[in-house]
Amino acid sequence: MKFSENWLRELVDIPVGRDELMHRLTMAGLEVEGVEALGAALDGVVVGEIVGCEPHPNADKLRVCQVAIGAGEALTIVCGAPNARLGLKAPLATIGTTMPNGLQIKKAALRGVESNGMLCSARELGIDADASGLMELPPDAPVGQALATYLGLPDASIEIKLTPNRPDCLSVHGLARDTAALFGGAFEAPAQPAVDVTGSAARDVRLDAGADCPRYLGRVIEGIDASAPTPLWLAERLRRSGLRPISAVVDVTNYVMLELGQPLHAFDHDTLDGGMVVRRGRDGETLKLLDGSEATLGPDFLMIADAARPLAIAGVMGGFDSRVTDTTRNVFLESAHFAPAAITGRARKLGLHTDASHRFERGVDPDLPRRALERASALLVEIAGGQAGPVTEAVRADDLPVRAPIVLRRARLARLLALDVADAEVERILAGLGLVVERTADGWRATPPSWRFDLAIEEDLIEEVVRVYGYERVPTRAPRGDLRAPALPEALLETGRLRTQLAARDYTEALCYAFVGAELLAKWSQADGAIALANPLSAELGVMRTALLPGLVDALATNRRRQQARVRLFEVGNVFRAGPDGPVETLRIAGVACGAAVAEQWGEAARAVDFFDVKGDIESLFALTNAGHEFACVPAAPAWLHPGHAAQVRRGDRVVGHVGALHPDLLAALGLDEDVFAFELEVAAIAPRPLPKAAPLSRFPSVRRDLSFELPEDVPYAQVEAAVRAAVGETLTDVVLFDRYAGANLGAGVKSLAMGLILQDRYRTLTDQDADRCMALAVAALESGCKAKLRG
Amino acid sequence: MDAIEHINHSLEDIAGADTLEALDALRVALLGKSGAVTAALKALGALPAEERKARGAEVNRAKDRLAEAIAARKAALEQLALERRLASERVDVTLPGRRGERGGLHPITRTLDRIVEIFARLGYELADGPEIETDWYNFEALNFPPDHPARTMHDTFWFPDGRLLRTHTSPVQIRAATGRTPPIRLISVGKVYRSDSDQTHSPMFHQIEGLLVGEDVSFADLKGTLAEFVRAFFERDFEMRFRPSYFPFVEPGAEVDIRWDREDGTHSWLEVLGCGMVHPNVLRNCGIDPERYTGFAFGLGGERFAMLRYGVNDLRQFFENDLRFLRQFA
Repeated sequence: MKFSENWLRELVDIPVGRDELMHRLTMAGLEVEGVEALGAALDGVVVGEIVGCEPHPNADKLRVCQVAIGAGEALTIVCGAPNARLGLKAPLATIGTTMPNGLQIKKAALRGVESNGMLCSARELGIDADASGLMELPPDAPVGQALATYLGLPDASIEIKLTPNRPDCLSVHGLARDTAALFGGAFEAPAQPAVDVTGSAARDVRLDAGADCPRYLGRVIEGIDASAPTPLWLAERLRRSGLRPISAVVDVTNYVMLELGQPLHAFDHDTLDGGMVVRRGRDGETLKLLDGSEATLGPDFLMIADAARPLAIAGVMGGFDSRVTDTTRNVFLESAHFAPAAITGRARKLGLHTDASHRFERGVDPDLPRRALERASALLVEIAGGQAGPVTEAVRADDLPVRAPIVLRRARLARLLALDVADAEVERILAGLGLVVERTADGWRATPPSWRFDLAIEEDLIEEVVRVYGYERVPTRAPRGDLRAPALPEALLETGRLRTQLAARDYTEALCYAFVGAELLAKWSQADGAIALANPLSAELGVMRTALLPGLVDALATNRRRQQARVRLFEVGNVFRAGPDGPVETLRIAGVACGAAVAEQWGEAARAVDFFDVKGDIESLFALTNAGHEFACVPAAPAWLHPGHAAQVRRGDRVVGHVGALHPDLLAALGLDEDVFAFELEVAAIAPRPLPKAAPLSRFPSVRRDLSFELPEDVPYAQVEAAVRAAVGETLTDVVLFDRYAGANLGAGVKSLAMGLILQDRYRTLTDQDADRCMALAVAALESGCKAKLRG
Repeated sequence: MDAIEHINHSLEDIAGADTLEALDALRVALLGKSGAVTAALKALGALPAEERKARGAEVNRAKDRLAEAIAARKAALEQLALERRLASERVDVTLPGRRGERGGLHPITRTLDRIVEIFARLGYELADGPEIETDWYNFEALNFPPDHPARTMHDTFWFPDGRLLRTHTSPVQIRAATGRTPPIRLISVGKVYRSDSDQTHSPMFHQIEGLLVGEDVSFADLKGTLAEFVRAFFERDFEMRFRPSYFPFVEPGAEVDIRWDREDGTHSWLEVLGCGMVHPNVLRNCGIDPERYTGFAFGLGGERFAMLRYGVNDLRQFFENDLRFLRQFA
């Protein structure tokens, strides 16, 4: 809501300056969003009249004007504006004036003719954006008067950001009410006498939509001059309230809406057929709207119609065919109350948002239509002439909104605010806002005025009291409460530990959007079960991610394009899939790595990151559970992983996720030219961690024996270690694989392994014979179970 | 030459030995099996008894002097050798250390962690809720009637089945408070979504939601709690102001501004929080008697706090995942 400061000050006595006013409005919940000072520097600009206008002898586009400014002789002014003409009144900046943009007006010769000032456009004066020509002043503008005085400047356009609960402040009168209450007074709207009825034309009104429209007033005004100019004062107020003057009828209806808050509509009376009907729309009904668009309506919409056809969408926008034009002679003015429920959301459905729908959706004072109609009639007759006919009013009294009294308890007020507000203060505030207040034994009964749609319960009144009283006067109390110590779960690893662990292993945390393109998921073969948004911002953000990696690899690719050769990113976030009982959200942790295994440095040879680097990273996560041995990688390749460098991670029978190198086809599809290693794991599968249970330490020394053997390449290491552990039993406390080799001198399909076996007994020192026996068991198991051959 | 004289003379040789090997050769020549001292001791047997004692004592004293001198010289030579070795083994300590890991947490994570930590210290429990929500939890239970204009403040992402992406973390209030008996102190963090994307709006961002319900909880407690929080988060005092505002699930409702002083002496009021006293309808929707209990709720944006804390000017940087940006927060 944008309004003119001067307009507000004319209605209510405001004892403070502009800055303080804005501060007080903001602190009362009417947040000032912007302010534009208008005509602050117009000293030296006066109303001038062009009394002579000749072509410039030396320039086609310039004219030499004689401009009268009252006292003294007319001034010679050279002017290039297309609308400079004999008889026009326009602002003249006299010699010595400093324009708002800092320009100093001096005597100057323009193509050989001396100019003694400058005729100005509205833009040059900082009044309006219009720079198309000279600002045209009305013929009755007093020549020689200071323009600021004439236009009521300086002024300011103040814009406030209204919350949806305060439609009553979508008018200058509404703001005046709140402002008066803020400064301890109460606003009295000026009386609005009915206009003289001099015409006889009228139109019946029928209400066929129940509570949707409980009140509708209409009046015919015959014989207007729709092309009559809008008076400057009215046009200026519209302008300063953010509306562009258009034509007499439109300007009057807009003005009344700004002044009182009641949206009005004017129809061309001669286009109407029979009585007006307020009814619901019909299936398939269409209407060409004022903006030229074609709307398809239906029973959900409230319509204004005549005997023959729909005319307007009630409270949203009028129809094209019944619109008022410059040639309209007779108008039918509508001033009605539409229930918010009948209007809300309808404009949006049609992709519209109008000043009327904005107000009706939020609630317009149901007692306002008559006043607004009289106000508009008076202004219209004054400006455009015509004879006002009798007012037709249709009412469904039972359907008009009723404001029920609200009980406000003194104790509740004090309890909720920790503040004692004097009774007289409470009463003054509520009465100032238009409530009818009645004192009771423990507080008050207060009935809200017709214009307040947001006051229904005790807390609403408490807010009104404290809003005007001042939030800053509520005390500030340090936090207090019972101290509690809820059980601190230790058997679940905190997600934060996983994050810090990956960060410590040189991964940087990323945050990707939770929605991705369906096409991207398809490239990853991860589109199954993806949940699509009904109204995405774009197709690239069209479905909820079913996996973290598509987004993360995209981030990796972006970084690669930005000259980052080595990229290691991780993310923790939910993925989404459709399930039988609705969407399923699963928290996952994923990481990607490409480039060098470690950042380039002097002390280590450069090497590209490989599967075992990344596997080591996730093993470090598993180690945080103190049960790393429960996790295993088994060969299994989803479509997006390289079949030879891919594993499913399991914890017992539970699938934790996957790790591996991205499939070359996927890399190509994503435009990546380097190997990327990745993992994606389910957080809930990692999180459980058994509480540590301390075991006694063996007091006896351990023995290490090494084994070196050859075996077929395709025997997995996990099988080898399992065989050795099973064979030796609990004396084997640890196994260290310290070498692995496969190469030409071993022959194809053969590898060699070397491992250290750490042997220890809890009850005695192991002898050489004991160790030999263990080694024999291990060798036997390797030979029989793993086709291994001991190396010399 | 008399043996004693020979020994005394040798003391000079010992002092002059300049390698451990030379010193050891001297030790063998003097104290070894066939050394001079050993010979002198052996020769004692040939002396008359009355001379033997005095001579013996003399030889032994000389022997001790020799041993001492050898030990001293040895220590000195060893010290010298150590010094030489240390001098030759010097490394350039200004060379970079090995590996040099640069990973780190996202600034939003860092910010959210701090906020949660502060409230955890005040006894708030962490609660969680889904990101795909129902209309009930996101709107209706929070006192947004269907089609209410207040909903237009929340540009919502919808799913065809009527579900939606939560537009705020407030649904967690309902989910977590339902079935609990006050006192309730909850904090919730997470992603929220609005279908709005420009320089100052991200379609996905992070909120932190707090809820406190108890007997005799007032607006003054809300003001005090948030003042405490802001001070704890920014580690400095701020002038704050509570402005009336409107959120359907609180009444009275407020927005909180902090006074941000710039180095050039100017200041502005920055909106950092929305809050208010929990609306009785919301308490009822959680099965809590609003006559007996009152409460407050507040919500704040993780991005907003991260931007203020770390001087980030462009919201969109948080989601571009540019390593050069992210590495500043490691």
